[in-house]
Amino acid sequence: MERIPVLKLKDLLLVSIQVDLEDQSAIQLQEDLAERIVDTGAHGVIIDITALEIVDSFIGRMLSSIASISKVLDARTVVVGMRPAVAITLVELGLSLPGVRTALDVERGIELLTGMGDEEGAAT
Amino acid sequence: MSSPTPVGEPEVQTIRLDQDVVRVRQLVRTHAVAARLSLVEQTKLVTAASELARNTLVHGGGGRAEIQLVMNGPRRGVQASFTDEGPGIADLDLALTDGYTTAGGLGLGLSGARRLVDEFALDSKPGTGTRVTVVKWAR
Repeated sequence: MERIPVLKLKDLLLVSIQVDLEDQSAIQLQEDLAERIVDTGAHGVIIDITALEIVDSFIGRMLSSIASISKVLDARTVVVGMRPAVAITLVELGLSLPGVRTALDVERGIELLTGMGDEEGAAT
Repeated sequence: MSSPTPVGEPEVQTIRLDQDVVRVRQLVRTHAVAARLSLVEQTKLVTAASELARNTLVHGGGGRAEIQLVMNGPRRGVQASFTDEGPGIADLDLALTDGYTTAGGLGLGLSGARRLVDEFALDSKPGTGTRVTVVKWAR
């Protein structure tokens, strides 16, 4: 099982998934992120899925849980870099990623998190 | 189901571990590229295969995937079959309902996979196992 690295960038955590994700790696990432949020006091999490060729129901559920867990730990999650074909497939599969904010790329994800006021936080 | 004609021999992948699900995805992707499916078609088929391979592992207790190129007249496609000797499915209609789950998931695996492919056949009897066969055609 490959472990996905979690990078700290000021008060954000950055995760870039570069491997074809095994279910166990996804579960491990969820736990690692929860710990790092508490350890670092980070207020935002960016998950870059540019390299992911598919998001199936398991990975989709993992993204939603990460968003929920980080919210409980006072951090916001933004998923960035979803490929167009992945978005089309995800919707047809029936997944809507409840509670997950998205941005087109890492830069916009950072803008969203650093400029995110209280009124925007209600969107989840 | 129309009758897809097999082209060449199927490739078989045993499904016993988490990483076998990843191997199935990669094998299906290779075939989808060979059949010249569009990127969106490839993505839909690989996603469906991922759901079905996980079902084989989680519900069937493991099994195997057979992936092969097929033709129907001038059309090329990819067929993927997932077979297990697990407990089988008692109520097929219920299993194919969106949101129905026995594993604590989202209940979209089987029903979602069916939406993502062009042909879908489910054969299962309690006690004898399950076989799901899907086909995706190039446009």
